Amino acid sequence: MGEFQVHRVRFFAYVPAGIRCVAHSPRSARLALARTDGALEVYNFAANYFQEKGIPGHETRSTEALCWTAGDRLFGAGLGGDISEYDLEKLRVKYSLDGFGGPIWSMAADPSGTQLAVGCEDGSVKLFQVLPDKIQFERSLDRQKGRVMSLSWHPSGTRIAVGSIDLLRVFDVKSGHAIQRILVDRRLQGLYSRECVVWSVAFLSNGTIVSSDSVGKVQFWDSEKGTLLETHPVSSSAVLCLAVSEEEDSIVVGTSEGAVYQFQLLPVKWGSAESKWVRTKPFQHHTHDVRAVAHSATALISGGLDAQLVIRPLMEKVHGKGYDAALRKFTFPHRRLVSCAKKAGLLLFQFPQHLELWRLGATNSAGKDGDILPVSRAPEHLLQLKSKGPEHICCSCISLCGSWIAYSTASRLHLHRVHLENGSVSVKRVSKVPKLLCSAHQLLCSADSTSLFVASDQGAVHVLKLLEPGGCGHLQTLRPNSGSTEAVYLLAASADGDWLAAAGGDWEINVYSLRHFKPHCTVPAYNCAVTALAIHPVTNNLVITHSDQQVFEFSIPDREYTTWSRKVQQHGLHKGWLERDMPITHIAFNPKQPTHILLHDTHMFCILDKSLPLPDDATPLMNQTSLKQLSEKARRGHAHAFKICKKYQVSVLM
Amino acid sequence: MAALCEEFTLCGLIASAGAGAGQGVLGLEPGPDPDRVLLTDRGRTATLYKVSDQKPLGCWSVKQDQTITCPAVCNFETGEYIAVHDDKVLRIWKDEDVNLDKVFKATLTAEVYRIHSLPHTEPLVLFKGGAVRTLDALLAAPQQEIENVISDEVIRWSEAFMETQQPVLIFTTEKNGNYFVYVQKVNPNILHKYKLEQEESSHPLSFTAYTKNKILTLLCLYSNGCVYKILMPPQQSVPEEEQILSKSLLLKIVVSDTVLKGASLAILDKDHVAVLGCLDSPPNIAKECLSIWNTKFQTLQTSKELPQGTSGQLWCYGEKFFLTHGKVLTVIVYKCETSSLAAAVGKLKDTQTSGIRTVSSYVNWNMLPEEDLVSPRAQQSVTPKTESKRTLRSRRNNVAKVQRDTLTVEQLLSDIKDSSQNDIEEELRQFLSNAQMSDFQTTIGYIITGLVNRCKTEPTFYPRNCLVQLIQTQGLSYSLCPDLMAVALEKTDVHLLQLCLQQFPDVPEAVTCACLKAFLSINDDSLQGTNVNLDSVISYIDIALNDQVEKQTETVQNGFSSELMEEDSCDIQLTPKPHVVDTEELCPIGPQKAALLNAILHSAYSETFLLPHLKDLSAQQVILFLRYLQYLYIKCSENVSMDFPGMCSPTINQIMDWMCLLLDAHFTVVVMLPEAKGLLFSLHKFVRAQVRFYSELNKIEGSLQELQRIKPQKDFGLYSIEMLELV
Repeated sequence: MGEFQVHRVRFFAYVPAGIRCVAHSPRSARLALARTDGALEVYNFAANYFQEKGIPGHETRSTEALCWTAGDRLFGAGLGGDISEYDLEKLRVKYSLDGFGGPIWSMAADPSGTQLAVGCEDGSVKLFQVLPDKIQFERSLDRQKGRVMSLSWHPSGTRIAVGSIDLLRVFDVKSGHAIQRILVDRRLQGLYSRECVVWSVAFLSNGTIVSSDSVGKVQFWDSEKGTLLETHPVSSSAVLCLAVSEEEDSIVVGTSEGAVYQFQLLPVKWGSAESKWVRTKPFQHHTHDVRAVAHSATALISGGLDAQLVIRPLMEKVHGKGYDAALRKFTFPHRRLVSCAKKAGLLLFQFPQHLELWRLGATNSAGKDGDILPVSRAPEHLLQLKSKGPEHICCSCISLCGSWIAYSTASRLHLHRVHLENGSVSVKRVSKVPKLLCSAHQLLCSADSTSLFVASDQGAVHVLKLLEPGGCGHLQTLRPNSGSTEAVYLLAASADGDWLAAAGGDWEINVYSLRHFKPHCTVPAYNCAVTALAIHPVTNNLVITHSDQQVFEFSIPDREYTTWSRKVQQHGLHKGWLERDMPITHIAFNPKQPTHILLHDTHMFCILDKSLPLPDDATPLMNQTSLKQLSEKARRGHAHAFKICKKYQVSVLM
Repeated sequence: MAALCEEFTLCGLIASAGAGAGQGVLGLEPGPDPDRVLLTDRGRTATLYKVSDQKPLGCWSVKQDQTITCPAVCNFETGEYIAVHDDKVLRIWKDEDVNLDKVFKATLTAEVYRIHSLPHTEPLVLFKGGAVRTLDALLAAPQQEIENVISDEVIRWSEAFMETQQPVLIFTTEKNGNYFVYVQKVNPNILHKYKLEQEESSHPLSFTAYTKNKILTLLCLYSNGCVYKILMPPQQSVPEEEQILSKSLLLKIVVSDTVLKGASLAILDKDHVAVLGCLDSPPNIAKECLSIWNTKFQTLQTSKELPQGTSGQLWCYGEKFFLTHGKVLTVIVYKCETSSLAAAVGKLKDTQTSGIRTVSSYVNWNMLPEEDLVSPRAQQSVTPKTESKRTLRSRRNNVAKVQRDTLTVEQLLSDIKDSSQNDIEEELRQFLSNAQMSDFQTTIGYIITGLVNRCKTEPTFYPRNCLVQLIQTQGLSYSLCPDLMAVALEKTDVHLLQLCLQQFPDVPEAVTCACLKAFLSINDDSLQGTNVNLDSVISYIDIALNDQVEKQTETVQNGFSSELMEEDSCDIQLTPKPHVVDTEELCPIGPQKAALLNAILHSAYSETFLLPHLKDLSAQQVILFLRYLQYLYIKCSENVSMDFPGMCSPTINQIMDWMCLLLDAHFTVVVMLPEAKGLLFSLHKFVRAQVRFYSELNKIEGSLQELQRIKPQKDFGLYSIEMLELV
């Protein structure tokens, strides 16, 4: 099969930002996630938990609360005092409205999704009306002393429970007055002096208010009488977040020790009508504070400062023992952060606020499988490009020859010309970059480094010509026939420069002919998100991977799926392949072996040999170790198309 | 379960004048307590015996010319004994009385048949005319008129019962072959008369009755050996006209044409009866014996022969049988448990011939017993007509094929008996592809039995492909067709044997050893062309390479020299002869034979049964097998996981177990043979080295764990270049 020299690069010091808040939309099975650096991600649970959308962060943006409203609109509010609506099609902030209440600590949408209640620093709860294209300030409820740390609507939409410091208040929405005031214990035992911050509240439909505070207890209150029903000491440190399930029989809380607990409403005795809240399951999946939890119908979702998103399915809700019952942990984004200039042996690392250019090392010796070769030339850090402005870098790319670097933030595209001569590096910024009104979501250089493809929203791909010695001009804009308005987030170009494939947020893949600058064809629709695209250098077959782990091969010149792809679909992919939880993020090819496809996800990489037979479910998928023990002839009888190597975990680029 | 226990003699029987010993005694009645019985012989004497001590307690006899005509009974209420002599004279005496002449005497006007004594009530006197009186009423006026109820009928049997605290007397009479049953209630005085159904060829020999839940049941033993059960209808206050009683057959004691004579019946409990009489047993000589039958399941529970003959009189009191055997009165204690199916399987072989069956009987556990055993007929009969019509129209030239479509099991089985091999193969293939049978396994069993039977009778007939096909349906096991492997062994069809060993879970050890012997004795060259499945060996035998090795000689290369014997090192020494090392690494047998032996290694066995058969192997075969096992063992140990990859490869446990078994079975042989010496020595050295290695590892286990804990994970550093090979 082949021996490969593997450069194991561990100096990409990317630290993902912690998760600050999550919002789960049961209707559309999506989860919105805001990180501490202001970035927003949307995960599609139905498409195998794929991170389908991402909005890059901002230095000054700090989201404290997210919520979904009617019509699948996403709103965020933060310590900047603004309420922003996110445009999930164009992947940017649509607009921001100042709340005029100081930093916003909490926000919640009412059960019908038409009103937003925002809790501000000055102690007021402001109500905003959600209109079709904007939000409008409606009125403010009675101001109280002390900042509003958390708030929750009653399911009827008539009352709001507000948690602040040492206090809980219940407001009547219609009159705006506080109808109940509850003092929260400062302590269970120990010091009396530290104030108790009510980090989160939830209002249940039977009038019970659930509160979690910084002392570490979860308490249940009767909102009518203002009395305490139950107290559950959960941890010795703060309980930072809680979420209630839709049926109101299960509550999940997250603590700052990294533990997540589930409370369930269980009958006191079997068959009796009286029930009590009981703390049932503890989970320890995080190493640091759990700042956000959500409760979906079948799983507990938690995210914390350790940047991990953990989705823990509840066994009693999941039917069968299939892969739905597995624990999932997402740490790294499902997008490409590292670009490689193959011909020059350079790597470009994308950080939120800067780029790094490295040259790979080299070795002179050869060896056998498993050997570590001595490095004759160490890798060099050639360049660090800092981006100006508060916006984070959205995407970047480097040309194959290593002479052009392009990156884009939410508002601007930057292009740089790099000269590498005899060990010295110089970079020059290209000033006259065409002002594109929309942001770029993906950048790709053509194979011959003469064009730059800029994927933007509204399904368009702009083709920019890269001119020597250091300029560029707008050549063409390619728009799909279907007129979709979603942003394009994946691009693939053919080696001969004739074809370009683009995948957008509506999961449509369009193939454009670069010779004539018009759409060539559209790949038949598939109801799952596209995770990676690549065009084979020789055969011009487009290889597509989806978030449900399906692999397709589409022949661009013939405008149809190849016979090998049909064979794969008929035969079905191996169960072990389909049950991987991470999507394929990158596809590459081996120029010397036209039948090979290289795929990788976070935990493994695989060389797919199209000439070998496909494995069926009975044969083991990871058979490299057993194959190595057999003789040559025997191997041929047992080898199948999938050659998987799990030695290099957490790979971000192959 | 009923069983006859100990037996002892109570007393000898005196042959009184005019009556031989075969006549037996007049009567045996229970005494005042369960351990005492009153025996009245046919002469003048009544004796009271204590059964447990087997000795008489008292003896009374009448004067010289008088004979006792009614057996002496004991009046339970008063403790007195009552007897009748000379038909009309009643005598009542007590224990203390010695001379019967001097005791109370009452002369009656009619002849007494029997006196029945019941606990807690007065004795009942039954006259030969059918009248019944209580004793007190009789003694109050001994000369009272006794009416003749039955006219011309002779009383054959009588018995008294307590029914709702009132005594009831039942007696049977006979007149001209007709039998009547009378039921007499004393208080109020009601007599019912019934007639028994008449049987042509037989007549009742013995009666017994019991009452349960106020229903009186009469059992009679007829001379044709049948026991009938008659339920007495419920008593009405006004007797109606004579009713005919119907009887139902309860038990048939199998008698072939001999007529029972002098037999009697006793009822033991609700499911058991005891019969004393002739029981027909092979070789068709009627013998007299006492037998206990279970009437619920119609089985014989136990029987005891009485070679010295019996008079046919049987009494049953207090779990003991009293019967005459030869010249003595024998007491047999019996035990009778409640009947249950498990206990009542009985002793007689089931000689009933079953209904007509076309094929040998298999038990089809999937089918209910009511359904027809060969049901494919029912299933397939629906479709063929329509199918054949359609195909006839379209394919007129394939008429023969159309007929084949409707192949049923019977047709296939009959074709197996006579068609040619090719035809059978064709039919079978079609049958298997069409078949959607519910009793697939039994059908396959029939088919393969048919095929194998034909193979046995016709040596030239051997449909290998059919057999392979049938085995590969995975519906067979050894016990369904035991002869299959025998036939395959005869023809040395190694492929079939390998399939059988792999598929059948229940191959007996004898057959396994026979296969092993066959495999070991086959020449490797003759195996080359056979169709043996090599899946289990490819992981450790390179097939191409071994082909070259086969050309070399088969002599055992010991591969060691005397220097190695003296040294005590664990390392594999580099010998100066490189080619010797090579052959050690090569498999001593060809891949086909290795695959066959692997099939043996995988088969199930139990040691105790395998060892005797293993001893049948010859010495050379043992050596060859041991060499192969040694080769496997060494190869296995080369892997870290101590096993071979792949599905059917032998595991280390199997290899070790078989090596131990072989050495156990052939210990003396192996120790004596010179070729085995080298083999055993190298094996011993290898194992010893392994054991030493593991013991050393155990010693440093603690330190290794510490080291692992201290040392951090392999640090690649920030950058490294590695080689990766993907196959």
